Amino acid sequence: LQRALSLTVARRRPAALHFHTSLTEPGVSKILVGLKRVVDYNVRVRVQPDGTGVVTDGVKMSINPFDEIALEEALRIKEKGGASEVIVVSIGPADTQQQLRTGLAMGADRAILVQAEGQLEPLAAARVFLKLVEKESPQLVILGKQGIDDDNNQTGQMLAALWNRPQATFASKVELDGAKARVTREVDAGLETIEVDLPAVITSDLRLNEPRYVKLPDIMKAKKKPLDTIAIAGLGVDAGTQFKTTKYEPPAARQKGIMVKDVAGLVAALKQKGLL
Amino acid sequence: MAKILIVAEHANGKLNPATAKCVTCASQIQGAQIDVAVLADDAGAVATQAAAIQGVKRVLKIENAANKEPLAAVLAPQVAAAAADYTHVFGPSTTFGKDLMPRVAALLGVGQLSDIMAVESAHKFRRPVYAGNAVITVEAPQDKKLVATVRTASFQPAGSGGSGSVESAKVSAELPTHTRFITRSAAATGRPDLQTASRVVSGGRALGSADNFKIIYSLADKLGAAVGASRAAVDAGYAANDLQVGQTGKIIAPELYVAIGISGAIQHLTGIKDARTIVAINKDGEAPIFEVADIGLVGDLFTVLPELEKALG
Ligand SMILES: Cc1cc2nc3c(=O)[nH]c(=O)nc-3n(C[C@H](O)[C@H](O)[C@H](O)COP(=O)(O)OP(=O)(O)OC[C@H]3O[C@@H](n4cnc5c(N)ncnc54)[C@H](O)[C@@H]3O)c2cc1C
Ligand SMILES: Nc1ncnc2c1ncn2[C@@H]1O[C@H](COP(=O)(O)O)[C@@H](O)[C@H]1O
Repeated sequence: LQRALSLTVARRRPAALHFHTSLTEPGVSKILVGLKRVVDYNVRVRVQPDGTGVVTDGVKMSINPFDEIALEEALRIKEKGGASEVIVVSIGPADTQQQLRTGLAMGADRAILVQAEGQLEPLAAARVFLKLVEKESPQLVILGKQGIDDDNNQTGQMLAALWNRPQATFASKVELDGAKARVTREVDAGLETIEVDLPAVITSDLRLNEPRYVKLPDIMKAKKKPLDTIAIAGLGVDAGTQFKTTKYEPPAARQKGIMVKDVAGLVAALKQKGLL
Repeated sequence: MAKILIVAEHANGKLNPATAKCVTCASQIQGAQIDVAVLADDAGAVATQAAAIQGVKRVLKIENAANKEPLAAVLAPQVAAAAADYTHVFGPSTTFGKDLMPRVAALLGVGQLSDIMAVESAHKFRRPVYAGNAVITVEAPQDKKLVATVRTASFQPAGSGGSGSVESAKVSAELPTHTRFITRSAAATGRPDLQTASRVVSGGRALGSADNFKIIYSLADKLGAAVGASRAAVDAGYAANDLQVGQTGKIIAPELYVAIGISGAIQHLTGIKDARTIVAINKDGEAPIFEVADIGLVGDLFTVLPELEKALG
């Protein structure tokens, strides 16, 4: 039945047939991982006084934490023999090479920098990823569930839609089984498990794994690994923006609270607010 | 005129209150017509509940055996097809909506706006970025359909007593079979739901073990509160993942939030900023949680909590 099922799918979509055959050949399965360069999560981000953005001058930039987790998962899959190559991809300015080098030091085989300046919306990022997917034919694309800068949580879902392939978002467990993956997802109600045919898009949640630390010799080795740079303009995708951010403001401040000395004080304060 | 389609979230024949919050958000757009789409194998009961939300004009039942479980890849093409006559398509900023709406947007060839926290006009909204460290005002193009998720903590649910019509809608969309539901494990706690509770008691890493975490449950029961947790407490296995509060967990807006043994990292605070009253109990007087607390108590939770429970009777 499984066979018949995948055949009907394949007949409807020629692209799927291509991917299914490529999977049966050993040594050609690739995993594409997105690494976004973002303000480090330890930085307390501040709005610029003129309201045109947040302060980024001299601020530490890092790999988006979810993307480190995505890469770690890809590396573990490869180490278990589930993939032959892990490719890290970033779309951003030239400095983004730093994050890609870190990704290579963690263990990725090669890196692609799609050089782009300025604002890039998730739909544009998804279009770029789709181009690379068409070129590389990966069996898996693993992205983070959200960039901690814009907190959008969109790119993976959009890529899956444009690619017409499954999405398994907010993953906390991934098990590969031939041409399928079983993914446990962190949802509001608890944990949900779905099964998807490959190729597919997975987005990582925090508890998927704990990323490895980079060791010094790996950093040296990473310098010799291939890092290709391509200009976004050369990809022929519509990377224009659709939304216009007109203002940045700091969040509304909370009123200053009170300190109580002991439990009696706490109970009294709660009573005063009508909460007890 | 704005015609807004809201995608209902539901489970086990019950409409999720997030849907009524989306209606409140949509109704802040001047003169909007608000419809709700219920995608299910059997949409009847949920459609009736949706039609009773104040402000809802029509409820579209989109029924298909494949809609039994909310798989984004299956639902998205149907929502995209149903969206044809609408200017706006909204869903809640829950894991259901976050999974689904970007897929809908991409199928429609448009971007998506995440986490609307305030409506300025039909095409101008405010939303948080950088874990809530900044709030941005965003203008969406007038000539494109706007797909968006609504930050549920920012809106009260619309009232009941409405009388929308219920219709069956036929959508023509090819549904994929490449994604299959296997199982969902939800802890049946018998306690209030974290996302909608008016009171929440949360524990952090300081609890030290799953066993110790029981004192959080016990205090929560005394207060009639839901239980929450910091990421550190969830990672360490003291509490279930669906209890995580914060940037990547649940964003909540209870009347009362009690943070116990939680330091107050920015990623946690972003989940509780809209709480009416925040109480913090922490043994470190310098902990950042005290910067946002309305009532702070410096002390060891293992002595404070038993005393507090006693005082509560
Ligand atoms: C991308 C990303 C996303 C994240 N998302 C989230 C999120 O959604 N939610 C979230 O919570 N975190 C999130 N985090 C993690 C966050 O940065 C913090 O690490 C986490 O919130 C810390 O949890 P905690 O306060 O329980 O632990 P800690 O920071 O270790 O704090 C423990 C506190 O307990 C106090 N304490 C210790 N013993 C006692 C005692 N006996 N009595 C009283 N007090 C005591 C200590 O003084 C301390 O303040 C995220 C991090 C990243 C990088
Ligand atoms: N410019 C980018 N470069 C590399 N990866 C990206 C980029 N934008 C988004 N992604 C990936 O998509 C995920 C979700 O991002 P977002 O939809 O912006 O929240 C991120 O965690 C990355 O894995």
